[in-house]
Amino acid sequence: MKKTVFLGALTVAGLTAGVAGAATLDDVKARGKLNCGVTTGLVGFAAPDANGEWQGFDVAVCRAVAAATLGDPSAVEFVPTTGKTRFTALASGEVDMLARNTTWTLSRDVDLKNEFVGINYYDGQGFMVPKALGVSSAKELNGATVCIQTGTTTELNLADFFRANDMEYEPVPIETNAEGQQQYLAGSCDTYTTDSSGLAATRATFENPTEHVILPEIISKEPLGPLVRHGDPEWGDIVRWTLNSLIAAEEYGITSANIQDMAANGTDNPEVNRILGTEGNLGEMLGLENDWAVNAIMAGGNYGELFEKHIGENTPVGLARGLNAQWKDGGLLYSPPFR
Amino acid sequence: MSSLSASRADSFKLSQLFNDTRYRSYTFQFIALLLLIMLFAYLGSNLVQNLRDAGLNISYQFLGEPAGYDINQRLIEYDSQSSHLRASVVGVLNTLLVAVLGCILATIIGVVVGILRLSKNWLIRKIMAVYVEIFRNVPVLIWILIILSVFTAILPQPRDFRGENPDASMLWDAFAFTGRGFYFPKPIFEAGSGIVIATFIASIIGIFVYRAYARKQLYEAGRLLPIFWPSVGLFFVPVIVMFFIMGQPIVMDYPSLQGFNFQGGIFARNSFISLWFALSIYTAAFIAENVRAGILAVSKGQTEAAASLGLRPGRIMNLVVLPQALRIIIPPLISQYLNLTKNSSLAIAVGYMDVTGTLGGITLNQTGRAIESVLLLMLFYLAISLAISAVMNVYNNAVKLKER
Amino acid sequence: MSKSELAFVRHEILPEQTPPITDAGIVKWLRDNLFPGPINTILTLVAIYFLFKLLSGAMPWFWNGVWTASSLSECREILNGATGGCFSVLTERWNQLLFGFKYPSEAYWRPTLAFVLLLVSIAPVLFSMLPRKLLILTVLYPFVAFWLIWGGTILTPLMILLGFVAGYVAFRRVEAKGFGTAALLGIAVTVVFWWLGGYISSAAPNVVALTPVPSRDMGGFMLNMILGTVCVSLSLPFGVLLALGRQSNMPIIKWMCVIFIEFIRGVPLITLLFVANVVLAYFLPPGTSFDLILRVIIMITMFASAYIAEVVRGGLAALPSGQYEAANSLGLDYAQSMRLIILPQALKISIPGIVNVAVGLFKDTTLVSVISMFDLVGMIRGPILASTEWNGIYWELWGFAVVLFFIVCYSISQYSQWLEHQLQRDHR
Repeated sequence: MKKTVFLGALTVAGLTAGVAGAATLDDVKARGKLNCGVTTGLVGFAAPDANGEWQGFDVAVCRAVAAATLGDPSAVEFVPTTGKTRFTALASGEVDMLARNTTWTLSRDVDLKNEFVGINYYDGQGFMVPKALGVSSAKELNGATVCIQTGTTTELNLADFFRANDMEYEPVPIETNAEGQQQYLAGSCDTYTTDSSGLAATRATFENPTEHVILPEIISKEPLGPLVRHGDPEWGDIVRWTLNSLIAAEEYGITSANIQDMAANGTDNPEVNRILGTEGNLGEMLGLENDWAVNAIMAGGNYGELFEKHIGENTPVGLARGLNAQWKDGGLLYSPPFR
Repeated sequence: MSSLSASRADSFKLSQLFNDTRYRSYTFQFIALLLLIMLFAYLGSNLVQNLRDAGLNISYQFLGEPAGYDINQRLIEYDSQSSHLRASVVGVLNTLLVAVLGCILATIIGVVVGILRLSKNWLIRKIMAVYVEIFRNVPVLIWILIILSVFTAILPQPRDFRGENPDASMLWDAFAFTGRGFYFPKPIFEAGSGIVIATFIASIIGIFVYRAYARKQLYEAGRLLPIFWPSVGLFFVPVIVMFFIMGQPIVMDYPSLQGFNFQGGIFARNSFISLWFALSIYTAAFIAENVRAGILAVSKGQTEAAASLGLRPGRIMNLVVLPQALRIIIPPLISQYLNLTKNSSLAIAVGYMDVTGTLGGITLNQTGRAIESVLLLMLFYLAISLAISAVMNVYNNAVKLKER
Repeated sequence: MSKSELAFVRHEILPEQTPPITDAGIVKWLRDNLFPGPINTILTLVAIYFLFKLLSGAMPWFWNGVWTASSLSECREILNGATGGCFSVLTERWNQLLFGFKYPSEAYWRPTLAFVLLLVSIAPVLFSMLPRKLLILTVLYPFVAFWLIWGGTILTPLMILLGFVAGYVAFRRVEAKGFGTAALLGIAVTVVFWWLGGYISSAAPNVVALTPVPSRDMGGFMLNMILGTVCVSLSLPFGVLLALGRQSNMPIIKWMCVIFIEFIRGVPLITLLFVANVVLAYFLPPGTSFDLILRVIIMITMFASAYIAEVVRGGLAALPSGQYEAANSLGLDYAQSMRLIILPQALKISIPGIVNVAVGLFKDTTLVSVISMFDLVGMIRGPILASTEWNGIYWELWGFAVVLFFIVCYSISQYSQWLEHQLQRDHR
């Protein structure tokens, strides 16, 4: 490793040459760091805080995977990616996984050869308008100027929505959420459209969030989830089951507060014991330590804790659980059994 | 290599390949070619390997598939069901539009500023020098972004035009300047307008014919015919007469506020205007320097000789200095056009949908065909610059011949 | 005619009189320079009017500027409706604008020192009247700057430097046996030395070490400076080689150079940055990945080399052919004649052109903001304008960017003009 850093120094900066091979897990372990692709900045999901530390709901997934594989939630290198660069970054091996509110679609899964490992947020595309505009439904937006991030599924949904409703619109293409926000606030467009979670996160950073409303229509299904590249199913399994362990932990009441206790003393629930690695050898099957899930949950908490901390109703983003509640509470979160 | 085997094959040593000037150039070329082939083979094999690992392939089929996204400024028919190829063509046309208009505006500003920099007026000279230095020494990307920001921040939005006592109003009820762009009246050609246009073209040809006739009269018969007023008359009168004879077939479509935006008329978006304007004034600063250098390169004796012949300053410039200066000005001018065209790819920073925005932006993102899209994009720009270079070479050759 | 018939004869010359008031001093200057004719008078008046409007708008904006607010709304409160700039965005985000938002704040002195050293070490190159011995500073600078900015052990740049020295020594030893052999040997020695040095520096990562900073964390104006200086200095040797290749009479090499140069010059830099961003990874061996800044440096260097090659080619073509013939008639081989006779002269006349390319390139480093790197423009467009506190503030931030770039680029181009005058004088 050190030698390769030196070689890189010959060509001015750090060349990180990993060993060629299909096993991402081995690469990550050899490197001692997980390279995780995130957005360039969306408050609540992934954004650097005042100290330059990345924080957010997507970031937490990266940290959980780092904790499960390396035992250290801070052993993550966050790589900001745009809509344009994210898939290339993944395909070229620049990042080991993407946790960048990416919509799971057939063509991205099949044609672009990505492997979606699960869904960490069920979302849908919405519209935000200034209250002063006096619009209460997306159907009233005929002739409006719409700010939209390019290279996303939202762009295609938007075209479909307006076509289906036989309405006209004027797209204003923008590259990043930051720009979209500026253009929208400056009045370059009447409405800003993206995933409704993204709208809430963006609105949270406004000076006067109450002057803007998110219209009730949700015009698409946007299942957002982490993804890895095709061709390394073992690595995909690790990320998938790390995510599942966070979801299952909430279901079984495992929290970052009580997990130490549970792992040390064992519980009456065999499923919980299997998750915590006190029973069975699930960790070994994944090629990890037996306490992998303990580390993952310890990193930031279970799914519910992460949600509350980063995007829940008590945060500026202020999202309700909605579809993202546990199946028992009428939501869609349903982790397969740990067995 | 016949000499090699002919006489001194036995005395040939391997080191001669390096140190003997007869063979050395072959050795070097051979090594260079070998290295080049190895480099390409290496890159190619990596590409093949990477694509195979990722399960991808190189294919241009995506160009035929529906693009799925909308483009705001389109010079040809296009909607979200059109193909990616058509989206790219829309982008190409937008690139050419901003490049051509940019070149025209940049030339006008550049020539005016370049001449004013040599003006006798101290204040004007200094102001122009400040303009040139400020614009040359700051990145064009910053100018584009500044103009867009200021544009959006200063001008009123369409909603300010609404209501009983609006904050903003239209100019003569025909022009609206908003933060989203400018709205102009658009002429609509109805039946019979073809004849009006034909008359207009005929009268322009008429002006040229008349001028040629006037010049001939001047040189052959020595009669000085008036030129200016007959030209003006020829320009306006027939068209206006025909316009009314045909029953006013050309009407103006005025923009008016409907719903969220102005509807009707011609809409020049803020992204287009800021890109066009920024590219023009940035490039104009360089062109002004070229023009100044070209004029200064014409020796002072030429001006003095012309003055001693009794020519007025304006005529000296038009008839003596500029024709000579043009030979020096035009080659760098054309390379500035080339730069402007290439800089127009910065459209992506303001969301103007040029070819970098459609083919190299959204199409690339939506299809994930990065290699293919970037390759096509490069080929397009390469073709443009080769065409412009060809024009430059033709011009240079033409000028060279005249010198002899 | 007698004398007495004349009423008056002047015997002595009259003393010189001061010219009339309209033809001297400030009045004449004004008449000549501001009001020479009716058209110019109008132009002057219009210009004065506009200048007055501009100044009367801008002056209060400067004077009333607020330097201490912590957000735009607070700033507006302080101003209370008066015209004034919110310069507090500059003071509050000063470090972000200059160093990006991830460079460790306790290490800000390192890039600052590297910048100061840059000014010191580049002086001997720019001003030929300085003692030539100072050039050693210039040679050492890249290694010091690398160590300062990226951190890590000092052994790494030291080993690279020693590798170059070893290669050069080996080259000089066998130079007599022919340039080609010597060059190959020199390169081989350098590479072997680096390979060995790699073990040394990795064995002792803490010898005189600064905290390492990954290149991902570079940002702000510092990133523009780094990209500008690194790419210009790397592209100089490549550019010269390309120019020589294009002038060469070996057809294969010539055509390789021509195609490379014309291709690079024919496409916009932004497409090359796209290549760096989304395509280059496919051409690297599976499993390797450079970080983005390195890929960008490679691409910008290629871009700059092609332009510098054209400038140097101009310099080579401008040399009278007598120089080439003289070198040949002295019996110098190609390498010697280039190194000792042709290149020193050709480079000297191409310096103004090279400086222009450098200015253009430095301006072009702002394009990296388009591929989501946080240089000065990227910082302004992204984190700062999108933050809750400073959303909607334009003039101050963009004005700051304009001032920074103007200072750097204007001083470089003034230097280039000064140098041009110097060279012209030399040639007379």
